[in-house]
Amino acid sequence: MKQIKESLPALAVIAVLLAAWWLTVVETRSVIFPTPWQVVTGTVELIKDGTLWRHIGASLMRVGIGFSLAVLVAVPLGLWLGWVKGAYSTLNPLFQILRPISPIAWIPLAILWFGVGNASPIYLIFISSVFPMIVQTTAGVHTIERRYLRAAQNFGVSRYTLFRQVVIPAVLPQIIVGMRIGLGVAWLVVVAAEMIALRSGLGYLIIDSRNAGNRYDLVIAGMIIIGLIGLLLDGVMRLLEGLKSVRWRYAH
Amino acid sequence: MRTKIELNGIRKGFASSDGALQVVEDVSLTVGDGEFVAIVGPSGCGKTTLMNMIVGFLQPDSGSILIDGAPRAEPQPTGILISQQGSIFPWLTVQQNLMFGLNDHPQADKKGVADHYAAMVGLKGFEGNYPHELSGGMLKRAELARAFAVKPEILYMDEPFSALDALTNLRMRNELLRILAEERHTVMLITHDVEEAIHLADRIMVLSPRPTRIQATFNVGLQHPRRLTSPEVQELRVAILHELGVDRNAG
Repeated sequence: MKQIKESLPALAVIAVLLAAWWLTVVETRSVIFPTPWQVVTGTVELIKDGTLWRHIGASLMRVGIGFSLAVLVAVPLGLWLGWVKGAYSTLNPLFQILRPISPIAWIPLAILWFGVGNASPIYLIFISSVFPMIVQTTAGVHTIERRYLRAAQNFGVSRYTLFRQVVIPAVLPQIIVGMRIGLGVAWLVVVAAEMIALRSGLGYLIIDSRNAGNRYDLVIAGMIIIGLIGLLLDGVMRLLEGLKSVRWRYAH
Repeated sequence: MRTKIELNGIRKGFASSDGALQVVEDVSLTVGDGEFVAIVGPSGCGKTTLMNMIVGFLQPDSGSILIDGAPRAEPQPTGILISQQGSIFPWLTVQQNLMFGLNDHPQADKKGVADHYAAMVGLKGFEGNYPHELSGGMLKRAELARAFAVKPEILYMDEPFSALDALTNLRMRNELLRILAEERHTVMLITHDVEEAIHLADRIMVLSPRPTRIQATFNVGLQHPRRLTSPEVQELRVAILHELGVDRNAG
């Protein structure tokens, strides 16, 4: 009951926006811009002929592969950079130059190297999500409090125990923050990447709907679905923040 | 009494923005096996620096530190440090924390040892809790238990209870004395709390302001349990405060 009450203002804002949108379209007698109801019927149409699931599946698959590869690379690399001073001073400047380059700027090179198949968007997702995760993981290692490292040293534990029971759990909350950022960026990028040339995915759906007959109802349907799935993905990452072994970091 | 810890002519300085800062100046002392020695000094006199050198986190510029007659360069599990901020790992449960230093035990043994020491410090029933679910006093108990679990020969305590409120502080002192009566350890305590030192220690050394050296030594020579309101304790307290330059009359 309390939850419903708390979400009332947010729902009210959305309702007002929808009403304003509807009213504007009706008042201006626009022939090309759809009403909210036309977006709904457009979505139903996409669900009925099965294309919606195909596009969602294609986008999620690309994000899944690209993001997983990025996690597999970023976490060990970030730990290594954080732990080994020489590695950090050698590689960090390079990463700081590569990091601000928009993934969109990589599109021509991605097409040149990987063609217009699935590999291109997967590469773009990888490149966009790997840097935030490296940075977060490295920063996580750098901010481990000295008292914990000293305690581990005092108890004379093995290197394996030091990493498994001190370094990795100490950094885990930061890794999860990095993954949240990384997945958010990945979802942004997959849509942009799919607008280029592929035959599937939510980005393709949007561009194709516009090109093939100005179906703006489907364009907006695609946008809203992207937003909702993004919210869902972030929700999944937030579940990780609720893990008992990382809650110490977020509790304060 | 056999000598456990021996410091000979320890000196330590740090480079600072306005030249070198000498922190520890020629400290020599010995601690006997099973003895409880307290080192009292004013804030910022280099107590913690001295402790970090004795534990092995820092190396002295000159002088030697011998444990059981042998030079010691690295921190060892035979001498566990308990510091003011504490170092109970927040990402491990109480039981996992207590098992942390038990490398050589089989897994089942580890749990047994951890639970034994949890019970000893009064944390029975909290083994599965995470540190952020515990109070400050309970965290200190966990820290003591984790140290005792590895059966260290020496317990190094650097202002261990000074972050606690007065009542919890007193409780933890009594708890420590109770455990030490069961399991004898050599203890080296660093504190600025004169009463705490008199309450716990067999011998008290007073440090001078920076650069620090040992200015005076007092033998406590009172039986446990000690009454903190007794005239002997008050007399000793006044004498130590006098050494520290805080006379009652001088204000």
